[in-house]
Amino acid sequence: MSRQANRAGDPRKVNGELFTLTYGALVAQLIKDYENDEQVNKQLDKMGYNMGVRLIEDFLARANTGRCNDFRETADVIAKVAFKMYLGLTPVVSNWSAAGDEFSLLLESNPLTDFVELPPGHANLNYSNLMCGALRGALEMVQMDVDVKFIQDTLKGDNITEIRLRFIKRLEDAVPVGED
Amino acid sequence: MSSLGKQKSSNLEKSLGKGKPEVNIATFALLFSEIVQYCQNRVLTVPELQTKLSELGQHVGSHMLDVLFLREKGYKREIKLLSMLIFIKSTFWKLVFGKEADKLEQANDDDRTYYIIEKEPLVNKFISVPKDKGNLNCAAFTAGILEAVLNGANFPAKVTVHWHKGTTFMIKFDESVIARDKTVDGR
Repeated sequence: MSRQANRAGDPRKVNGELFTLTYGALVAQLIKDYENDEQVNKQLDKMGYNMGVRLIEDFLARANTGRCNDFRETADVIAKVAFKMYLGLTPVVSNWSAAGDEFSLLLESNPLTDFVELPPGHANLNYSNLMCGALRGALEMVQMDVDVKFIQDTLKGDNITEIRLRFIKRLEDAVPVGED
Repeated sequence: MSSLGKQKSSNLEKSLGKGKPEVNIATFALLFSEIVQYCQNRVLTVPELQTKLSELGQHVGSHMLDVLFLREKGYKREIKLLSMLIFIKSTFWKLVFGKEADKLEQANDDDRTYYIIEKEPLVNKFISVPKDKGNLNCAAFTAGILEAVLNGANFPAKVTVHWHKGTTFMIKFDESVIARDKTVDGR
């Protein structure tokens, strides 16, 4: 992996600020286009879902992780491999439920929210909802029906950003999804 | 100001950072793809779609401008037209898209018009344009970024995108920029 220092960066990487600001432009546009925060959340979730459905293929092709035997293993792969690979950070897996079907991802930083401050009047907006959609979409493609939502968000004044994942059921016969 | 129950940390209190964190190209490409699809569902024609993408790009560009000059130039702005263009072609392009732009040219017959040529812009890397949308170029987004950066630096211009030698960004400066540039001494 030795590269000359002054050469252009890794061709498989993109400037993080370009990504952050592009996402910001999208959210700003959605807020203009929709009437309320709930609808924006829904749209972001949908877009994230579409991304997740396609990201998982890239992930399976590149990550070489193999099959997960249980939800705990899945959690580790999501945090340590997937997040690292696609967003360049490693959230902490914690707060397991007793039954082992629910856990939280704790994010100390969130590349989607750099430079972002929520203006007043958007208390219901889940700014990074795209991430939930992406997790849901990707997991669905590996036959897991999982509920994903934000329960804490630094944008809203919490100390940490927490995404809660709850395993609902194993999907049998998964049908390939369409383009949208 | 009423006291908030929870302490919100202000962005202005955080350090700016070096802008190094990078994300996977797949993450960005899929996000951009969603953006294009979203815009497409809200417009009827290809030019409208390009305008929409350009608007989103402008949002990005206007936010990027200050941080760029601050980090790269130590608060100093470019005042000469040519150095501004070279700054965009090299420093800016390299930082934002990972490489310098392929070419910077001036139109033969018009001193207001410049071209930045990029064989394969980052945003177009994974886009294949359907036949019925022949002249759509999603790098209109990039054109929007450029336009906002130029306007923000007080070089009012229109930037449009064309399929020519890959993608060509045509920058048409406002008359006033050319007139002013003649009065500014070269350094």
